[in-house]
Amino acid sequence: MRRSRIATVAIAALLCAWSTDPAFAYTVYVANEKGNSLTVIDSDTFSVLTTIPVGQRPRGIMLTKDGKQVLICASDSNTVQVLDIASRQIVADLPSGPDPELLDIHPSGSPVYIANEDDSLLTVVDLETKKAIAEIAVGVEPEGVGVSPDGKLVAVTSETTNMAHIIDTESLEIVSNVLVGQRPRFAEFTADGTQLWVSSEVAGTVSVIDAKTHEIIKVINFEIPGVQPQYIQPVGVRVSEDGAKAFVALGPANRVAVIDAKTFEVIDYLLVGKRVWQLAFTPDQKLLFATNGNSNDVSVIDVARLKVIKSIPTGTAPWGVTISQD
Amino acid sequence: MPPNYKAIAEKTIRTGLTEKFFALRRQFGVQITLSTSYYNVLMAAITALLVFLTWNTLMAGDASAPKPSAAKPAPTLVSVGYLKQQVVEPIPLSRLNVKPDDLGIAGARIASKDNNTTGKFTNQRFTLQVVDVPVGGDAVAALNKLVESGHRLILVDAPADILLQLSDAVKAQDVLLFNVSAPDVHLRQKDCRANVLHTAPDLAMLADALAQYLVWKKWQRWLVATGVYPEDQAYLEAIRRAAKRFGATIVAEREYKEEPGARRSDTGQQLIQKQMPVFTQGAPSYDVLIVADRRELFGPYLPFRTWDPRPVAGTAGLEAMSWHPAHEQWGATQIQNRFQKFAGRFMLPLDYQAWVAVRAIGEGASRARSADVAAIETYLRSDKFDLAAFKGQKVTFRKWDGQMRQPIIIADAELPVSTSPQQGFLHQHAEIDTLGIDEPESLCHF
Repeated sequence: MRRSRIATVAIAALLCAWSTDPAFAYTVYVANEKGNSLTVIDSDTFSVLTTIPVGQRPRGIMLTKDGKQVLICASDSNTVQVLDIASRQIVADLPSGPDPELLDIHPSGSPVYIANEDDSLLTVVDLETKKAIAEIAVGVEPEGVGVSPDGKLVAVTSETTNMAHIIDTESLEIVSNVLVGQRPRFAEFTADGTQLWVSSEVAGTVSVIDAKTHEIIKVINFEIPGVQPQYIQPVGVRVSEDGAKAFVALGPANRVAVIDAKTFEVIDYLLVGKRVWQLAFTPDQKLLFATNGNSNDVSVIDVARLKVIKSIPTGTAPWGVTISQD
Repeated sequence: MPPNYKAIAEKTIRTGLTEKFFALRRQFGVQITLSTSYYNVLMAAITALLVFLTWNTLMAGDASAPKPSAAKPAPTLVSVGYLKQQVVEPIPLSRLNVKPDDLGIAGARIASKDNNTTGKFTNQRFTLQVVDVPVGGDAVAALNKLVESGHRLILVDAPADILLQLSDAVKAQDVLLFNVSAPDVHLRQKDCRANVLHTAPDLAMLADALAQYLVWKKWQRWLVATGVYPEDQAYLEAIRRAAKRFGATIVAEREYKEEPGARRSDTGQQLIQKQMPVFTQGAPSYDVLIVADRRELFGPYLPFRTWDPRPVAGTAGLEAMSWHPAHEQWGATQIQNRFQKFAGRFMLPLDYQAWVAVRAIGEGASRARSADVAAIETYLRSDKFDLAAFKGQKVTFRKWDGQMRQPIIIADAELPVSTSPQQGFLHQHAEIDTLGIDEPESLCHF
C-alpha cells in the first residue's frame, strides 16, 4: 500500500517534471447568484468550458468528497441541488429548509450541514438517503458552516445573534457559543484543526478562535488607504493547508486581504473585481479563485507570488466557488 | 445514531407546530374578525391547545437543555417597555396606507424574539411590556407605572411634546428611553435629552438623504409645495437646509391651502384632476416637485397631475425612509420573511425603528453581559457598540445627540430606488454623518 503510494507520487512528480506547464488542470465551478447557473472553468487554460443552468439564486456550492457531485444552495428555490458532474444534470434535491446559503460536508463524505436561515436551525442531511437526520437550534439567521478536519466539530455562525456556535457532531449538542463581531458570515477551521476563522461582515473583522478552548485568540482588523472603513466587509476566508497564509474576501472594498496566518498580520491587499464574495484554492494550493459579484468575473490569484494573474468572465453575479481534482 | 437526536427532532417539531398555530391565529384574527361567536370558540380551543403545546415544549426544552449536567442558573431578566401614545390622525388618502394596529409593536416583538433566541445562549431572557395610552390619556402616569414594575429600558412611540414630558418625568431615575417615532429635529437639538436615544431618523436626515439622491441625479432645481401645518413648516425647513448643503436651488415655494379630502366623494377624483395641474401651473423652470405635506392631505394627489411633466418627491412620490417593505439588500430578505411570517403583514418604517431599538438593547445586554440599564446604556453610547441592521453598514449612536446613524432608503411606493448617503458626498470622518445634524453644528448639550 505504502510502496504503491510512493510509486504514484514518484510517477506524478516525473510527469510534472516532463510537462511544460507544471499546473494540473482542475475544474472550477462558480455559482452565478443572478444568472441562476454554474460557470465551469478550466484552471489550466482559464477558459470557460460550459455554463450549466441550475435553480434560483445559487450561492454556496461545494464538491462532494468523492468528487462526483456538486452541492448547490439554490436560495430562492429553497433547496440544495445535487449536480452530477459526469452528466452535468441535477440529479437530486436535499431537504435544506428555506433559503439555504452555505453548507459544509463531513470529511467522511456525509452528512451535510446546511444553515437554515429562516428557522434558526442547522439542518443535518444524510447524503446517501437524502433525508434530514437532525436539526439543531442555533442563533438567529445561521449562515457560515465549517466542519473541523477530524469531523468532530461543526461551527455555524448566526448573523443576527452574532455568535459562532460550535457543535459536537456526535452528540449534536452545542458545546460553545462564541460572541464575535457583527454579522458573522463564514467559518473555516484550519487544516490542522487548531483554529476556527470567522469573518464578521458588518464589523469588518475576522476572529480567530482557538478550536480547543473556544476563546478568541485574535481579532484581525483591516485598513486600506483610500477606502472608507464601512466598505471593508469580510466574507469568504481560506487558510492555506500549510497554515502559512490566510486570504479574506473583503466584499465592496474590492480586495482580497493576505494575512500571515502565524502572526495574524495583514501582509497585502490584492485588488480584485467588484464585491468579492468567496474564495477557493486549487487542490495543489497554487491558485486561489475569487468571485466578484458586481463585476461578473472571477479573479485568479497566484498564491506564491501574491499576484492577481487573470480575470475570467462568468455569468451574472458570481458568488460561490468550488474546485474539483479533475 | 446520536443518543439525543430523537429528543432534538421532537422538540423541533413541537416548536414548529406551536408557531404554526400562532400563524393560524393571526391569520384568522385578520380575516374573520366579524364572525365573533365561531371565532371565540375557535380561539378558546386554539388557546387551550397552545397552552398545552407550550407547556410540552417547555418541558421538552428542560429535558434537552444544552448542558444537562449542572443545574442552569435562572436567566437574567431584561424587561423592556413599549409606550404607545394614541393620537388623532387624518384618514390616509389611500386605503393602502391605513396603519396596522400593531404598527411598531410588531417590530419590537420580533426583535424581542430575536433577542431571546440569542438569550438562550447567554442565559438572558427578554420581556416586552406594551402600554397603550388612549388619546388624552395620562402618558406620564403610564410611564411611571412601567418604571415601577421594573422596566427601565422603554421604547416611546409618541409625539414630540409627550416624549419631552416623559423624558423629564423620569430624569432623576435610571431610565433610558428610545424615541422610535418622533422625527422632530428639535428633539435632537435644543430640546435634546440625556436619557433619550433616537432610532427614528429625524427630518434633517430624511431631507438630506433625499437631497443627495436628487443632486446625484442632477435634479437640482426644486419647486416646493407645502401644507399649512407646523409639521409641514418643519419639513420645509429641513428641505431648505438640505438644498443649501448639497447645492440645489428652490425656484419657488407654494402653499396648498385647500382641504381636498375628496377621496370618498363620488366626483372627488375629477376635481383633483383639475385642481392639481392648476396648483402647479406657471412655475419657474424646475426639475422636481418637492412636497411638504406630512399629514398627507394633498401630496399623494400630485404625482402624474402636475402641470409640467415632472417627478414628485418629499412626503409623496419618491420618499426617504428608514425602511421599505420591498428592501432586500444586505440580507434584508431574511428579516422581511421572518417579519411577514410573524406579523402577517409587511414590515414598515416604524416597525424597523422599534426592531432596531430592541435589538440594540439585546446587543447591549449580550455584550455587557448585564441586564443593568446603566451598563447597557454605557455600552450603547460607547465606541464598542455596533449593530448589523440590514443597511449594508453598522448602525451606531451619535455621541452628540443620541441619534442613531443609519443609511436611509430612497423609494417610491413599490420599490427602493437608492440608499443614501450617496457616494461623492464627502465627510472628514464618516460618509454616514453627511445625513442630519453633524457634530460641529449641533445645538445639543447634555
